[in-house]
Amino acid sequence: MSDGKRELIRFEEVTKAYGATLALKKVSFTCQAGEVRAVLGENGAGKSTLMKLMSGVIQPTLGKIYVDGQPVRLESPGAARDLGIVCMFQELSLVPDLSVRDNILLGAKEVGMGRLSKGNLTRARAILDRIEGAHIPMKRKVADLSLPERQQVEIAKAICRAPRLLILDEATSALNASVVQKVFGLVRDLRDQGTGILFISHRFHEVDDLADSISVFRNGEHVDTFQKGKHSYSEIIAKMIGQSLTELFPPRLSPIPDGAPLLKVDDLSFGDTLRGVSLEVRPGEVLGLGGLDGQGQMVLVQALFGLLKKTGGQISENGHPLQLKSPRAAKAPPTGIALVPEDRKTEGLIPELSIRENMELAALGRHPFGLTDLDNGIDPDLFTRFTSEMELVCRNFDQPVSDLSGGNQQKVALTKWLALQPRCLLLADPTRGIDVKTKTQIYRLIRQLAAEGVAIILLSTDYEELIHLCDSVHVFYDGAVRQVLEGPELTAENIIAASLNVNSVPVQAAQGHPAHA
Amino acid sequence: MLDDIRTNKREVIALAFLVVLVSVYLTTHPSGPTTYVLTIWANQCTVLALVAIAQFFAVLVRGLDLSVGAVMALTNTLASHLLIGSSTSIGLGLLAVLAVGSLCGLANGLAIVYGRIQPIVATLASASVFVGLALLLRPTPGGEIDFDLADALTLDIWGLPTALVILTVIVVVFWIPLRRTGFGLALYAIGSSQQAAFQSGTPVARVRLAAFVLAGLFAGVAGLFVSFITTTGDASIAPNYTLNSIAAVVLGGIALRGGVGSLFGALIGAFILKTISALMFFSGLPPLAQPFVEGLILAVAIAIGSADILRLRNRLEVFDR
Repeated sequence: MSDGKRELIRFEEVTKAYGATLALKKVSFTCQAGEVRAVLGENGAGKSTLMKLMSGVIQPTLGKIYVDGQPVRLESPGAARDLGIVCMFQELSLVPDLSVRDNILLGAKEVGMGRLSKGNLTRARAILDRIEGAHIPMKRKVADLSLPERQQVEIAKAICRAPRLLILDEATSALNASVVQKVFGLVRDLRDQGTGILFISHRFHEVDDLADSISVFRNGEHVDTFQKGKHSYSEIIAKMIGQSLTELFPPRLSPIPDGAPLLKVDDLSFGDTLRGVSLEVRPGEVLGLGGLDGQGQMVLVQALFGLLKKTGGQISENGHPLQLKSPRAAKAPPTGIALVPEDRKTEGLIPELSIRENMELAALGRHPFGLTDLDNGIDPDLFTRFTSEMELVCRNFDQPVSDLSGGNQQKVALTKWLALQPRCLLLADPTRGIDVKTKTQIYRLIRQLAAEGVAIILLSTDYEELIHLCDSVHVFYDGAVRQVLEGPELTAENIIAASLNVNSVPVQAAQGHPAHA
Repeated sequence: MLDDIRTNKREVIALAFLVVLVSVYLTTHPSGPTTYVLTIWANQCTVLALVAIAQFFAVLVRGLDLSVGAVMALTNTLASHLLIGSSTSIGLGLLAVLAVGSLCGLANGLAIVYGRIQPIVATLASASVFVGLALLLRPTPGGEIDFDLADALTLDIWGLPTALVILTVIVVVFWIPLRRTGFGLALYAIGSSQQAAFQSGTPVARVRLAAFVLAGLFAGVAGLFVSFITTTGDASIAPNYTLNSIAAVVLGGIALRGGVGSLFGALIGAFILKTISALMFFSGLPPLAQPFVEGLILAVAIAIGSADILRLRNRLEVFDR
């Protein structure tokens, strides 16, 4: 390589297709030893596909992969591991029913199918101790650990395999700032010893803190790779989304409402995952829920949709207390709450059923004996209204949902609930993993529903969405609302700071200075 | 220590239940706790325990095996042809019987792992094939087994039932070392989360295949042990043992969704089931009422084991159970 660093892995015109969808399009990409490379891109830009290809989880449809200059076939994670490529996955690769110890030993190169050796354990223990995981016992079952603890174990597991190329896919998303700094220290040490590191993160200040160079992906294409500091924050964002933010987010259609609240949450609590949350949402308002994964936002949404038993506090609608015993009670008129869940494939839709059947499903059982009455008082025109508004692409409504692309599936999941004409709409990360065009269509729909007087609660992991779509954002940390941001305070820096439970981040954090807690 | 009990909660509950049952059985038995009573009880329990081990390996990797009883029938009828004559031919016969058991497991495993057929469907079909073969070998019960060998394995050693010695050897010499290998770990990992195991670099397909071979092997051992107890071959024993093997692993705290439980748990489950039946026999209950009471005890025991589902407060988590 030009700067004298040794090349570890190289992609040459690699394409990965899922059916008709191209997840990666002719990507050429190189990664070097002794360098931290950040990979940036929106959800669905192809970052995860790239990582899965490198770690042998999936194989390319076309193109070649070289390791140390030799063409290779990475046909399984085991094969990648043998070449020194280790990935820490975003969806945790820990086995829940096994202990921390067993998970660290599982699949380690030295262990194989033979006797379990203890060598890895001492190393893993030392790594855990260094990243504030000293309290995690080796014998504890992974299922009994908290999400941050699992991430710490996951990091120890990956690093104690002594990788030559370490892939960190949102590896620190649940960790607090002080642990993150220790993990970064560890990663820098590895880099100085010659390990190549690929670092995927949505947090700009982390990228700024750790990366030596940055690669940007968009729509399955490798847009650019450059040294850190060459481009400004806003230039990088422009590369990521390929258009300006104002094109992506449609303008507000109606002023911020100031009437009486529709839904009022008072001191809501649930075990230690939700601690005394209060908020109100008015008809026509878009209220954002932000924060790192697993800080209680999702629990609040589940509580509002009647999924939790024995919650503390009170939920009321138009001043009347609600008894949300089940999703059925939540969706029944006149309460009219709808939830479009996070994972459309497992929670939002039944992939084998047709589009029409999926859309009718939400309407079932709204009235007594509702299951015997197929009609259910739903106007089929409502289905077509929303599907045409969002430009659903399908042959007809009898096509199974599994045939559709991710974006079109999400349109069906939305239509299914919108046809009930809910008064309050709960959206959990509605644009995760879908293309930019569909995003814009969904954003437009959210604006329009708000203008029609629907109260909308939008949970999102995407800062831009929170900033440009919401009237106010409640940022969660450790089960409570850390901060409510609105108006000019609603900036990426403030959301990040509140998410990490730090008081303030210098404004220039995103441009150059790391945000120390 | 507390951590150990918490992780093995299901086994601990099952073991306590078994201890109570066995004490009741031995104190209420008309002849008292003699070696003879113990040996008969141990033999009955051990047959089921062996087939429960077979079921355990299949269930551990998320694969209910409906053919374990059929493999028993096949190996039992085969043994009734081969285990007679000179010690050389008996020795070869033993090997042949165990090889057939393992081959049955291999066939199941290939269909499930590489043929991508659901375990229940694949083993339902193969069970019929195996029983069919057993019927060809023994259309009616009959044949004989070398008596010396049968006696040696089904009586006692210095007052200790040989059957219990065999099970102890299996646990100490086979299971405990196996659990300490990467293979043993991989069995659990695959049952708990195939995806996580695969992403950790485990050869998922080969390990699952090996699990089904082990299931076949142990069903073969169970078939052999039946032969030693009855000294005849009988092709009709399959259905009863298949169903009881499933009940035994459930009682022993092994999750049917895979990845949870231990071979020791399977043994406890089998012993509980057989001890309940034995208790019924001497209980003085009218014979026609016995299945009803037996079923009731089973249902209550299983309900206690899964009572913690009532404590779940997130309605979505119920579906993960």
